[in-house]
Amino acid sequence: MLELIWLIPLIPLCSSLLLMLTAGRLPRLLIGYLGVGSVGIAALLTLAAGIHFMANPEPFELTLWTWMQVGNFAPGVAFYFDGLTLVMMSVITGVGFLIHLFSTEFMEKDTSYARYFAYLNMFVAAMLILVMADNLLLLYLGWEGVGVCSYLLVGFWYQNSANGQSARKAFIVTRIGDTAMALGLFLLFTELGTLDIQGMVAMANETWQVGDSIPLIACLLLLGGAVGKSAQLPLHTWLPDAMAGPTPVSALIHAATMVTAGVYLIARTHGLFLLAPTAMMVVAIIGIATSLMAAFTALMQSDIKRILAYSTISQIGYMFLALGVGAWTAGIFHLMTHAFFKALLFLGSGAIIHCLHHEHNIFKMGGLRRKMPVTFWSFMIGSAALAALPMTSGFFSKDQILLEAYQLPGMGPWLWLGGLLGALLTAIYSFRLVFVVFFGKANTEPDRDTGWRMAVPLTVLCALSLIGGYFIIPVEAVFPAASGEHPAHWVEYVSISVPLIGLLLAYLIFHSRQLRVDGLVGSRVGQLLRRFWFSGWGIDWLYDRLFVRPYYELSGMLKSEPVDVIYGLIVAINQTLNQWLSEAQTGRMRWYIASMVFGLVVLISLALQISPEVL
Amino acid sequence: MEGLNVPLNHILLVSSLLFAIGMLGLMIRRNIIFILMSLEVMLNSAALAFVAAGAHWGQPDGQVVFMLILTVAAAEVAVGLGLVLQVQKRFKTLDMDHANRMRG
Repeated sequence: MLELIWLIPLIPLCSSLLLMLTAGRLPRLLIGYLGVGSVGIAALLTLAAGIHFMANPEPFELTLWTWMQVGNFAPGVAFYFDGLTLVMMSVITGVGFLIHLFSTEFMEKDTSYARYFAYLNMFVAAMLILVMADNLLLLYLGWEGVGVCSYLLVGFWYQNSANGQSARKAFIVTRIGDTAMALGLFLLFTELGTLDIQGMVAMANETWQVGDSIPLIACLLLLGGAVGKSAQLPLHTWLPDAMAGPTPVSALIHAATMVTAGVYLIARTHGLFLLAPTAMMVVAIIGIATSLMAAFTALMQSDIKRILAYSTISQIGYMFLALGVGAWTAGIFHLMTHAFFKALLFLGSGAIIHCLHHEHNIFKMGGLRRKMPVTFWSFMIGSAALAALPMTSGFFSKDQILLEAYQLPGMGPWLWLGGLLGALLTAIYSFRLVFVVFFGKANTEPDRDTGWRMAVPLTVLCALSLIGGYFIIPVEAVFPAASGEHPAHWVEYVSISVPLIGLLLAYLIFHSRQLRVDGLVGSRVGQLLRRFWFSGWGIDWLYDRLFVRPYYELSGMLKSEPVDVIYGLIVAINQTLNQWLSEAQTGRMRWYIASMVFGLVVLISLALQISPEVL
Repeated sequence: MEGLNVPLNHILLVSSLLFAIGMLGLMIRRNIIFILMSLEVMLNSAALAFVAAGAHWGQPDGQVVFMLILTVAAAEVAVGLGLVLQVQKRFKTLDMDHANRMRG
């Protein structure tokens, strides 16, 4: 049965190719069936493979063919199927299917319906190849594939040039990380002679000691790729702008799957990272810094999708924190629950945007509680899970991350404190969103409620966000076992109570308005901080000054080709001389003779001057 | 050898004078026939210098070159007069300055 897993990426790929080649000439209904159905079948096959795997949880390898043979480098088109792969595939196909279904209603009126599903199916295929790949080269193929699909889908409404700008930004910024990752692959291949993940990790453990410098460099280069793809500091600036794409795309690519590819990469090569404790420390610090930075920024945004985008950056920061402290299972667990509740929140915001004439500003919404009940409850549950309120899925995963971070010797408690602050902010900004959008008085009237194709995915994701925390992911064979110790009880109590405090604060500030913050916000320092956080800590501004503008200026200078000026000078001199000399060409014979005589006289007298002895 | 014994310097002076006259004519005359005649004068001045030098050194080469110059001058006159005829035919004048169609 597991021999058939190659069908899972192939079916969406075929559907994508079919949609591309027919170029939108198929009837709309058929496009919908193809786009959603292919991912649906992939999801069913994943389910079947999962049932099989649960019965006999042994890693399974499947080599289809040798991709290329260059010397002793022979990467195969080969899949590796274990618990981690299964979790990732379930998220991709399961959540992907729900988002595809949602899209059929969201994109109903769009003229490029077929193009949309072609890209989306292609994305699912590439993402599946990424997580199923047996070697790093095939993984890189999927990695670049999802990058291209992300680019195409962010710039999906390309008629607006701002969207094209965002798409290019997303592509170029992630490309910086990808370059680092490619260098990492080169280094690993030259050092170990293979890119096969399992073999490579085994060989690395034989070749290198913990703390050697080569695994450190390799890990940092791989981390560069992960940081770019997962929108972590310092390469996170593309994700908020990537919200220019259709909202279901943001849900699928920029929340649930592609942006977590970096987390998957690090988890997949954890054997290598264990050899480089410094690299793991860097991962943890990047995670916590990104998480706090993004949480503060999310608190200030007014565009509903930007809030969610920064919240995604922040939550992936938690996953990085988990990876950095060695809480592999918790990190992957948070990846899964985050996929559920963030997809839910994005689809919910998509429903609002769809029904509210493409309104993005949360302060122009309000009072939607009664008019859009399904969306309201989706947001309630999604925000509760995001804020990690007890008994929701987010609670189980985030709590586990914080507890394991606390147990890290040395920096542990500090990381834990940072994580707690992040959790507090998460609770405040997520319930700020709920209170501003769904309570208070209505500012814009929705012209419709969600249809069944929107309501069903929302409901299913609601259920998953609630009960997802009780799932047990089959990765204990993949990762080294956790310590199993439990820290003091007070640590746990604090972790549980912080989100509740955040919820209370959000209620007091944004709903009942008993807690007045106008004075605080209105003060000079408050205004400055507000602007600083609103702009995302000025990082975009900084990059603009540091890289974008100097680049434009340099290219502006080179546009006129300064080197050509030298050659232009030679041409000008020649032309001037030519003009002068052609003046002398009068056609008057007697002038020629006279000048010849004159010249001869001069030459002869010169010759006599130099050597008078000829006389 | 009997006869007038003219010093070489005098002959060379005459030759130079002839050359200068020819060159001056070349520069100031506009009529194409006079230009040809001036050329002839210049050629003959050179020939005179050769003959005188040959006689002075007692060498036959001067005579030989004189014969060569005579031939060249004859050929030159033949071509030159042909050109003069053509110029007269096309421009209806023998003024060199009116035949300057080739100005650059």
